[in-house]
Amino acid sequence: MPEGLQQGAQQILANGVPISWYLILSAVLFTLGVAGFLFRRSIITVFMCIELMLNAVNLSFVAFSNMHRQVGGHIFTFFVMVVAAAEAAVGLAIILTVFKNRGTLNIDEVSSLKN
Amino acid sequence: MDIFFFILFATIAVVCGISVILQKHPISSALSLVGVMGSIAVLYLALGAEFIAMAQIIVYAGAVMVLFIFVIMLLNAGAEQAAGRSWMAQLLGIPALLAMFGVVAYFIQSYFGNAGFMKFGNFKGGSAQSVGMALFTDYLLPFEVTSVLILVAILGAIVLARKELD
Repeated sequence: MPEGLQQGAQQILANGVPISWYLILSAVLFTLGVAGFLFRRSIITVFMCIELMLNAVNLSFVAFSNMHRQVGGHIFTFFVMVVAAAEAAVGLAIILTVFKNRGTLNIDEVSSLKN
Repeated sequence: MDIFFFILFATIAVVCGISVILQKHPISSALSLVGVMGSIAVLYLALGAEFIAMAQIIVYAGAVMVLFIFVIMLLNAGAEQAAGRSWMAQLLGIPALLAMFGVVAYFIQSYFGNAGFMKFGNFKGGSAQSVGMALFTDYLLPFEVTSVLILVAILGAIVLARKELD
C-alpha cells in the first residue's frame, strides 16, 4: 500500500468520515436523479426522480450543518421536506387529471403545449 | 466504525438509486426509492440529525411514498414501453451527466476536500429540542408561512382530483 494512501486510511479510522464524502454521495444521488428525469418515460417515475434529487440536496444540507456545527441546515431540510410533500400531493393530483383526460402515462404523448 | 456504516449505507443508497432509474415497473422504482430514503435517514442519524432522520422516515418513506404507491395502484400503471428516444438524448445524455458530476465533484474536492471529519456524536445540535427551538424563534415566520403553503396544496389537490360536478 502506498505511503499516502496508508496515511489517509489511518486518518479516516482515527477521525471519522470526511465531510466531502457525504457531499460526493449527494452529488452521485443527484446525478442519478437527473439521469432518471432525462431518460425515463413514465410520468410517475420522472416524479420519483425529482424526489430523489430533493433527497440528495437535503443530504448535503445536513452534511454542511454538521460541518459548521449549526442547526440551520436542519431547518432548511425541514422546509424542503414540507415543500416536497406539498409538491407530491399537487403533482400526483395533476398526474391523475392527465391520466383521466388523456389515458396515458407516457410523457412523450402529453405534448400539446408543443404545437 | 463510522466509515464502515457510511460505506455500507452509501452503497445501499447508490444501488437503490440505480435501481430506481433502471427498473421498468413503477412499483419497483417506488420500492427502491424507499430503500434510498431509509439509508439516507441512517446517514442523517450518523450526522447527528436525529429529528430530521425521523421526519425523513415518517414524511418521505411513510407519507409521500404511500401516496405514490396509491397513485400507481389507482392508475394501474404497467411497465413502461421502451419508446424511441431522441438521438440527441441518447448521444449526449450520459456524457453530459458525467461531465456535470465531474465538475461538481471537482469543486467539492477543491473547496471541501479538507473541510473536516464527521465522527458520530461530535455534533449534538440536531435533537428535536434544538430544532424546535430554532424553528419557533429565528424561523417563526417561514414556519407559519409553511402552513399557508400546505393549505394551498391541499386545496389544489382537491380541486384537481375531484369529479366534475355538473
